[in-house]
Amino acid sequence: MAVTPETIDQLRSVTDEKYKYGFVTDIDADVAPKGLSEDIVRFISAKKEEPEWLLDWRLKAYRAWLEMEAPEWAKLNIAPIDYQDAYYYSAPKIGDGPKSLDEVDPKLLETYEKLGIPLKEQEWLAGVAVDAVFDSVSVATTYKARLEQEGIIFCSISEAVKNHPDLVKKYIGSVVPYTDNYFATLNSAVFTDGSFVYIPKGVRSPMELSTYFRINAQNTGQFERTLIIAEEGSYVSYLEGCTAPQRDENQLHAAVVELVALDDAEIKYSTVQNWYPGDENGVGGIYNFVTKRAACRGRNSKVSWTQVETGSAITWKYPSCILQGDNSVGEFYSVAITNNRQQADTGTKMIHLGRNTSSTIISKGISAGRADNTYRGLVRIQPKAEGARNYTQCDSLLIGDKCGAHTVPYIESRNPSAKVEHEATTARISEDQLFYCRQRGISQEEAVSLIVNGFCREVMQHLPMEFAVEAQKLVGISLEGSVG
Amino acid sequence: MAKEMIKDLSLAAGFEEAAPRLPGSDVAWLDALRAQGIAAFRSNGLPTRRVEAWRYTNLNALAKAGFAPVRGDAELDAVPDGAALALGDACRIVLVNGRLRHDLSSLDQLPDGIAAVGLAELLRRSPADLEDLIAPAPEGRDGVLAALNDAFMEDGLVLQIEAGVSVDTPIHLVSIGVPVAGQAVAFHPRNLIVAGAGSRSTLVESHIGLGEGSYFSNGLTDVTVGKGATLTHAKLQDEGAAAFHVALVRARIADEAVYDSFVLHRGGELARHETHASIEGSGAECRLNGAYLGTGRQHIDNTTVIDHMAPGSQSSEVFKGVLAGHARGVFQGRIVVHRDAQQTNGHQLNKTLLLSRDAEMDTKPELEIYADDVKCSHGATVGELSEMELFYLRTRGIDEATARDMLVSAFLSEAVSELRDETLVSAFAERIAGWVEARHEDRTEKAA
Repeated sequence: MAVTPETIDQLRSVTDEKYKYGFVTDIDADVAPKGLSEDIVRFISAKKEEPEWLLDWRLKAYRAWLEMEAPEWAKLNIAPIDYQDAYYYSAPKIGDGPKSLDEVDPKLLETYEKLGIPLKEQEWLAGVAVDAVFDSVSVATTYKARLEQEGIIFCSISEAVKNHPDLVKKYIGSVVPYTDNYFATLNSAVFTDGSFVYIPKGVRSPMELSTYFRINAQNTGQFERTLIIAEEGSYVSYLEGCTAPQRDENQLHAAVVELVALDDAEIKYSTVQNWYPGDENGVGGIYNFVTKRAACRGRNSKVSWTQVETGSAITWKYPSCILQGDNSVGEFYSVAITNNRQQADTGTKMIHLGRNTSSTIISKGISAGRADNTYRGLVRIQPKAEGARNYTQCDSLLIGDKCGAHTVPYIESRNPSAKVEHEATTARISEDQLFYCRQRGISQEEAVSLIVNGFCREVMQHLPMEFAVEAQKLVGISLEGSVG
Repeated sequence: MAKEMIKDLSLAAGFEEAAPRLPGSDVAWLDALRAQGIAAFRSNGLPTRRVEAWRYTNLNALAKAGFAPVRGDAELDAVPDGAALALGDACRIVLVNGRLRHDLSSLDQLPDGIAAVGLAELLRRSPADLEDLIAPAPEGRDGVLAALNDAFMEDGLVLQIEAGVSVDTPIHLVSIGVPVAGQAVAFHPRNLIVAGAGSRSTLVESHIGLGEGSYFSNGLTDVTVGKGATLTHAKLQDEGAAAFHVALVRARIADEAVYDSFVLHRGGELARHETHASIEGSGAECRLNGAYLGTGRQHIDNTTVIDHMAPGSQSSEVFKGVLAGHARGVFQGRIVVHRDAQQTNGHQLNKTLLLSRDAEMDTKPELEIYADDVKCSHGATVGELSEMELFYLRTRGIDEATARDMLVSAFLSEAVSELRDETLVSAFAERIAGWVEARHEDRTEKAA
């Protein structure tokens, strides 16, 4: 049964809602000259008052980057990026740094309020500490005191470089080396901020740690670097979410996230990504090239990635786990929604090195409009991974006949005692289910949202409460204007 | 992009010398095709593992083996009993080192309505008839081996099944590799199979090797399945232990037609069977099934691409394999559902048993979908024999080695049972049983 033209028209008329988070705050940014060179790398390092070793590391990365070529294997159609036509550093003018919210630029606070992040209310809201990043520089951190009691370090990476240089030096680049890939190498050269988390031995973080990222100044690429270390027997849940103002130029974003989990430690990393996806015709939108990788270094360590990807014009992102410690566990739960002209090529890599390591991959791709959505994943069982186990399920849902959904799993098994299972399905949104909802008075748009949320349920249930509600709404918003 | 190209071009070395001897050397279009093929090979070289389609199959050994075009006829008076598949009184067409041998074939037993002629003969007699049937290799690095076939093709089977003809007994194409002392021979058979509208027929290929030594078989088969026709196309790959076997099948499937293929890999040092099926008509069905048995240092690659280009078509794939020793298996299966191919059903399954510590399986089932009213799925598993099942058999007094063999045979029989013809099922099952037995003896000897 095909969708009738009437329903399509009806749906369109109701659903041409604009990007809700599209606005630009005019802030006098402290900006580095346009372009990329060794001088810019030195400028950034100097601005950040970094030690010599870090500058050297950046420069090595920059020189390596010059020799590299942008990867072309993803199923993405990317207009050539002029890396000289972007700014690599911008910071809101904040003087010597605010000690309380009162010192924060009121314009910034206003921005957060529009985004629905009531920063002023954070301290008594939801028990969530927020390290809010506005264009590369942390401007406010709350709940520090409570975390300090537990010995937890939660700050911007720049602060960590100043205050905990030994920890940073020990771990930065240890999971994602500066030569890893084109975008990670670029990030290593020019990263400006991001979060640093250190959970000491045996400590369970008393609250979920959360960072909201914002991209603001025109033409500023964002190059966050996040590093989370969970010592023996510790636990942390980290939340990352982002929105961006509407603009017409493509914006480059190349972040690196490194997670290290030691013996019996667990890190839960959740992301809701709803950056500006570009308009119906594919104009504008963020280019999102992210390298996220976790090292499960100890026995019984566990890392769980959960992501809801609804934004960006281009998403290139493969949160991965290196399961090195015996009995370590890696999980990847993903919902990727593409609409209009969005393109997403996302998935994971699970590298099994240790004995009895196990991994679970649940991926739900939803494609609408003229979008392309690709799951690309690798499960590799190395010869020593005795008794390793992987289960993968990738489901794709198509909404409309002009979009594409693709599944590209790579499975490499070199140990006979390992058990690897992969399943994938692709189908369209069920007309029967839509009709059932419509017949009960639910609008077409709500029905699509309801059905898609049901399709994604296995992933959504892994999101922390704070995100779950927002994410469900996002699913609806992202599919607005799609053909039901 | 030199990293994507193996620099050793010795496979092309004999071209200028061989070209004047090749059939149809006076035919302009064929000359042009050969020149284009050799130029493509020389500029691209053999693909390295950086070329996605060859990610898991390393061709360095093939490049370095010094294979040269075969010269002169190999000495062979008869096809040894039991070497090819046991297919009763099927009409037999025998190629020795890629050349059709009338003395070994039984072309007089061809059923009515089926014409079988050697490609070399046809190229000499009426090349114009073949111009439309011989399509050039795909461009780029993926098509390099096919381009080599374009350049060097010499003989092969041209099989035409008349419209409406229905034949139960299979046509049996037996390809025999006979190593030549002091020479690493390469041959590039080209087969053209045309199944007329509404016809029903079966083509079976046995690829076998005689004697010690290496050779390289680089086959290309173009299959056209006409409207409403059914073609069953089964193949045994049981080349010599040191042989390289690469085969590409390009199948075009018309409205309501059925292309039903099966391949069993048992021999060869390196083997790749690649199928590109284009479903061009609505209501068509494409079945690509197979089994693979690997041991020693064998490398076995099954690569399939199914293009659904018309609405209402179906495809299904079941590939099951067992890998022992240091064997390495590869499965790359891609289903592409194009924009207009609504109401497509596509299913794909790949299962592998690893029987030893050093065996390896790499599998990449891929879906690429551009139409919304589809049902597509794939599944892949890699693992060892189930302890539970072994235990069950052991409690019934069956020794472990026998129990393992029983489970392996049962596992593989699922793939073989995809063949819809009883004669074929038993012929292939016999080959699998032989392999399992040989392994059993091998292990008992080692244990003793």
